[in-house]
Amino acid sequence: MSKVLDDLYYSESHEWVKVLDGDTVLLGISDFAQSQLGSVVFVDLPDVGTKLIIHKEFGAVESVKAASDLISPVSGVVLEVNEDLIGEPELINQDPYEAWLLKVKLTNPKELDALLNKAEYAKISG
Amino acid sequence: MFKYFPHTDSDIEAMKKSLSIKTIDELFEDVPKGVFFSREYQVPEMMSETEIRTYFENLAKENKELVCFAGLGTYDHYSPAVIPFLTSRQEFLTAYTPYQPEVSQGTLQYIFEYQSMIQALTGMDNSNASMYDGATATAEACFMAEAITRRKKILISKTVNPLTADVVKTYAHYKGLEIEFVPAKDGGTDWNALQDLANSDIAALVVQKPNFFGVIEAFDQAAQIMHNVGALLIENADISTLGVLKTPRADGADIACGDCQSLGVPMAFGGPSLGYMATIKTHVRRIPGRICGLSFDIDGKRAFVLTLQAREQHIRREKANSNICSNQSLMALYVTIYLSLMGSSGLSRVNELSYEGAHYLAEKLVKTGKFKLAFAKPFLKEFTLETLISTPLIQEALLKNGFLGGLPLQEFGEEYENLISFAVTEKRTKAEIDRLVSVLEGLS
Amino acid sequence: MTNYDALIFEKSVTGRCGYSLPKGFASEFSLDTIDSVYKRDNAPLLPEVSEVDVVRHFSNISQKNFGVETGFYPLGSCTMKYNPKINDEIAANKTFNNIHPLQPASTVQGILKIHDELQKILSEISGLKEFSLNPYAGAHGELTGLMIMKKYHEDRADFKRNKVIVPDSAHGTNPASTAVCGMEVIEIKSNANGRVDLAALKAVLSDEVAGMMLTNPNTLGVFENDICEISKLVHESGGLMYYDGANLNAILGKARPGDMGFDIMHINLHKTFSTPHGGGGPGSGPVGVCDKLVDLLPNPRVKKMEDYYYVQTDALAIGRISSHFGNFLVWLRAYCYVLTLGREQLGKVGELATLNANYIQEALKKDYKSPLSGYSMHECVFDGLVDQSTGVRTLDVAKRLLDYGMHAPTIYFPLLFHQSIMIEPTETESKQTLDKFIEIMKKIAQEAKTDPDMLKSAPHDTYVRRIDEVFAAKKMILTYTDYLNYLNE
Repeated sequence: MSKVLDDLYYSESHEWVKVLDGDTVLLGISDFAQSQLGSVVFVDLPDVGTKLIIHKEFGAVESVKAASDLISPVSGVVLEVNEDLIGEPELINQDPYEAWLLKVKLTNPKELDALLNKAEYAKISG
Repeated sequence: MFKYFPHTDSDIEAMKKSLSIKTIDELFEDVPKGVFFSREYQVPEMMSETEIRTYFENLAKENKELVCFAGLGTYDHYSPAVIPFLTSRQEFLTAYTPYQPEVSQGTLQYIFEYQSMIQALTGMDNSNASMYDGATATAEACFMAEAITRRKKILISKTVNPLTADVVKTYAHYKGLEIEFVPAKDGGTDWNALQDLANSDIAALVVQKPNFFGVIEAFDQAAQIMHNVGALLIENADISTLGVLKTPRADGADIACGDCQSLGVPMAFGGPSLGYMATIKTHVRRIPGRICGLSFDIDGKRAFVLTLQAREQHIRREKANSNICSNQSLMALYVTIYLSLMGSSGLSRVNELSYEGAHYLAEKLVKTGKFKLAFAKPFLKEFTLETLISTPLIQEALLKNGFLGGLPLQEFGEEYENLISFAVTEKRTKAEIDRLVSVLEGLS
Repeated sequence: MTNYDALIFEKSVTGRCGYSLPKGFASEFSLDTIDSVYKRDNAPLLPEVSEVDVVRHFSNISQKNFGVETGFYPLGSCTMKYNPKINDEIAANKTFNNIHPLQPASTVQGILKIHDELQKILSEISGLKEFSLNPYAGAHGELTGLMIMKKYHEDRADFKRNKVIVPDSAHGTNPASTAVCGMEVIEIKSNANGRVDLAALKAVLSDEVAGMMLTNPNTLGVFENDICEISKLVHESGGLMYYDGANLNAILGKARPGDMGFDIMHINLHKTFSTPHGGGGPGSGPVGVCDKLVDLLPNPRVKKMEDYYYVQTDALAIGRISSHFGNFLVWLRAYCYVLTLGREQLGKVGELATLNANYIQEALKKDYKSPLSGYSMHECVFDGLVDQSTGVRTLDVAKRLLDYGMHAPTIYFPLLFHQSIMIEPTETESKQTLDKFIEIMKKIAQEAKTDPDMLKSAPHDTYVRRIDEVFAAKKMILTYTDYLNYLNE
């Protein structure tokens, strides 16, 4: 049974969104996603300043046997990239909800309404 | 009864019995009646081994072996006797791709050694486990540049071998990349013209060393101009010459690629050979093809394994860096053995001897008064001459006397009408060269 | 088993050499006169070893490898059949090795004849019109075939067709080749019988579809019985049919892709036609086409006029996908193979390969899960052990097989089943070998119940055991220089 946290939004493609304040959020991947991938060896993330478009691919997470595209659950601009993941990508396996990937400034906060809550996501991630 | 089919009649009966079938055709019940092939193939009758030997001996005789003074991407370099004995060891020859590394340490280790040697020769950081040939490696390097820069235009110097350029053009057309040629000037790339063509639409520039005319170009301007507009420099280099010439890395290249045939691989009518591809650390995840890495097993023993597989087709499918699956692995073994035998001193010597022979021939031909050097530029083992005599006529005269070369360049473009290309390797003797010169001295 | 553990670089001793080159005769010319701006600064890091060192080194590391001649190698979809030595003998012929690819046609009539004769034989076997032997491998053949498909539509000024239909069971090279050819993939789900779902196919056909790529038998080892209907539907919607020849071995003598409605195909000579795999190449992936596509085959072309063969570069072709004629010494071996088998034996390959695969399937049904019912063709697929209660997965079964001196089958492909094991024995294996394999697989199934931990830590008897692949991917030690840096960390 994979872990699902209360105060986060989730996407069907297994990303999570945490609201920090107003329209600034953190993005990451869920416990279900990291367990499916296996040991993460590399994360391919966009640069600071990149525009994210909702439902479009913005990077990838790689394990030894698989590579998974990251699909953006929101539209926005990248404010910060989690540099720790460059040297220690396995942080994602250790604590997927602490090992955020990007800090993003939302351009359309209403998009959060379309995302899943804990119960809805738990249903699809089993 | 047939030597490759071990099944006896009683084997087949027993197997049919276990499946409760009367005829093997019952296993093909899913093949639609209209498609079921019920006749014999209209192909030749089977031949015994002795008949096969005679047949191919005769076929071989229908080809003429010539003393090779031709190049343009394929060179008659010395091929050490040791190599075929090692590459025909069945454990190397008949093994599959090393997907089960525990029983493939032989293959994996030579791939690692090959990657190391390509890295040493090119000066780049990392190499892959081989590509099909130099031309397709160059095409894939262009795709790599597209992926890195997200731009769709490639510049190719006119001094790149037209056969290579044709392959790049074909690949580019179907992938949706635009190609533009940078004009040549005096046997080298026209850097002023390049300056005019360089802009932020360009993904990369492709250059060749030594170039199509045999000339050794200096590429420091190339890297500078390209990097200024955020584009990459792709250098296609004859890897044997990198034993003595400046490395693509020192030239500022982002990707080095080319053919390894000049590392003692038999000419064999063009194949099999292998292409190489190497890049700097920043781009290693974008490189196509297989890559072997070093690791340790659960007992702490050093071991080799295919790695960074998440880039490849069997995992990424349509998002893979390339579609390449089988490469030219056994040929990578071939050149690894070659480079182990030669070492840097042997490779140096190969280039020195080739240089000496080529310059000896060039001087003698110019002295006949019928030729002059097309370009007043440095060359190593290959050079281009200009002449007023019909170049096909020259080739014909030499063919009659058992020589291949020079190669008339007009086959590659009308603008090359009076040009003819010669290549000399360490295998060419003084006697052969003197005889070639005397044949041409007699021409008018 | 060897204990040899050294990289060739680690055998290096300054001053050793392994080569012999002629004395020069023109030392009045010297490389030293080239300006240093063109030269490299320092010598490349290559080993200095004697010839004996080299021979010992590679002989020893070869012993850490398992080849077809070591033992049973039932990799599904790879067709690891016996590689005949007469083929290698012919390929070692001095004349064939000594010919430059740019020699004029008049001096290579023998080689051009081989080209023509072989492509005619491949055409007869496949039911298509003509083959190019230029592609270097199967994936390269796929790319070439897709370029032909694309150009066919472009020539008809039909520029909308930029999508290719691929079943979800397809080998990864199919969608990858489609992308490299600048087209989009439409993936359709297989039906419950593991075959193309006709309804799903109908739903995606349109005037934007360039064609469909299919393997038949497919990657699950079963024959697409609706193939004629599939071809008809695709043709009616204006698309072309592409045949991935990876599984051609199953139908040699029983069916021809051309007769099933395929317009373009590639063959893997290193699978169906016995040329050695070489540890990952060189292979050869000839591309064949039907009549209307012949002009599109890649340059250079071999043509025949009366008894004379010549080389041509055609403006109508897709272009050039190789410098010359591909891997000549590989297709030479294939030609020798087809002449050795001749019309008498070529037709038997499919039925013997298929008999072998079904014999295994029947014998292992009790211990391994059969996801499909009915006969297989030349390969059979299982979805792991019937009894998975001890947590033994396909990976563990495969690794344990190595301890028994056999190479593992293909695992985790096709992706449709989570614990896929794909077994292709080929026709060159005897009943005795198959019985031995069956016995071992049953034994492993037993071990899964009685000693699962031993399987989960297998292999135990190989030169190295399970390798830390995470370390390899993270540390990226990809050259000897990287290794030296790692040691100094």
